[in-house]
Amino acid sequence: MRKLVTAFAVAVFGFLASPAIADIYVIDTKGAHASINFRASHLGFSWLTGRFDTFSGTFEYNEANPAESKVSVEIDVASLNSNHAERDNHLRSDDFFNASAHPKATFVSKSIKLTGQKTAIITGDLTIRGVTKTVDIEASHVGGGEDPWGGFRQGFTGTATITPSDFGMPNPIAQNPVDLVLEVEGIRQ
Amino acid sequence: MPLMNSTSSYGLVSRLLHWGMAVAIVAMFALGFWMVGLDYYNPYYKSAPDLHRSVGIVLLILLAFRFVWRLVNPDPDRSALARLERRSAEIAHWGFYPVLLALMASGYLISTADGRAIDVFGLFQVPALFKQPGLERIAGSVHEILAYLTMLLAALHGLAAIKHHIVDRDPTLLKMLRSVPSSQS
Repeated sequence: MRKLVTAFAVAVFGFLASPAIADIYVIDTKGAHASINFRASHLGFSWLTGRFDTFSGTFEYNEANPAESKVSVEIDVASLNSNHAERDNHLRSDDFFNASAHPKATFVSKSIKLTGQKTAIITGDLTIRGVTKTVDIEASHVGGGEDPWGGFRQGFTGTATITPSDFGMPNPIAQNPVDLVLEVEGIRQ
Repeated sequence: MPLMNSTSSYGLVSRLLHWGMAVAIVAMFALGFWMVGLDYYNPYYKSAPDLHRSVGIVLLILLAFRFVWRLVNPDPDRSALARLERRSAEIAHWGFYPVLLALMASGYLISTADGRAIDVFGLFQVPALFKQPGLERIAGSVHEILAYLTMLLAALHGLAAIKHHIVDRDPTLLKMLRSVPSSQS
């Protein structure tokens, strides 16, 4: 009987102590504590880096059960910035993103597989130029907690590799893989 | 209590605008001076600039209203003053408008240079009219210089008012404090 009571108490306490539902976080693009960066090989000689300046997104983070977390992001394709206006216009053109016809790119997670204490593979649908492909993001939890201004934050970093031609980009150099480097900090709502 | 100005004193609307904006502008200077020195980990590091931007937009709206109000209202009679006093009062009074407008415009440009909107007390947003990255540097310097210029102008204006009240013992300051029955009515 005593064992039963103890087990019951542990169960109740465990239920109360664990957050019943995942917390919702808004990615802090307002304070620019998040960035979507890309890295592409230039002729095999060097790495060219760029970013998408404008995007928004949210994630659900379940601290007790991180595999139940979710993330979705919407990117303004035309905000592409490789620090070279003419190149950026070329990348926005139909040769690559066709940003006028497909102004938004999106990522919506489908499943999360934990691979370690702080690491996971986030599998989701990446849509560029209206073409949706499944992409794996190697993600890790950087840190989280109260900020000095009354908010609560969680931060993650991630990388993924995509082949732009998979999304229908006709320019031959789109057949070369591009690395995505993602830095995400969210503020709990 | 008349709302409009008369030739003998300022109406209630002008007095409320004058004293309300005077207090707010001096407080904004103090807030701005204090907040730019805040440590990143200070609890007010985010909320102080939020307040400064919000109050700034409200002051810009009040300034526009005040300018229109000034144009449609009579100005209390200053013919009793010496020519130099009259001229310098006019320069100071009218000078506040372009200086404050430029002060507020430069502040707006600091916050919107990167295309971000200004959030006003979480109630509405003022969008960025022109995105011009890098503009925040020159706008910041202009904002600082104009803030000091505003305080200088306010100090001269205040000292002149006190001088009229204590040295000259004339009703110049009182016109802004209470309504005096118009000599013509």
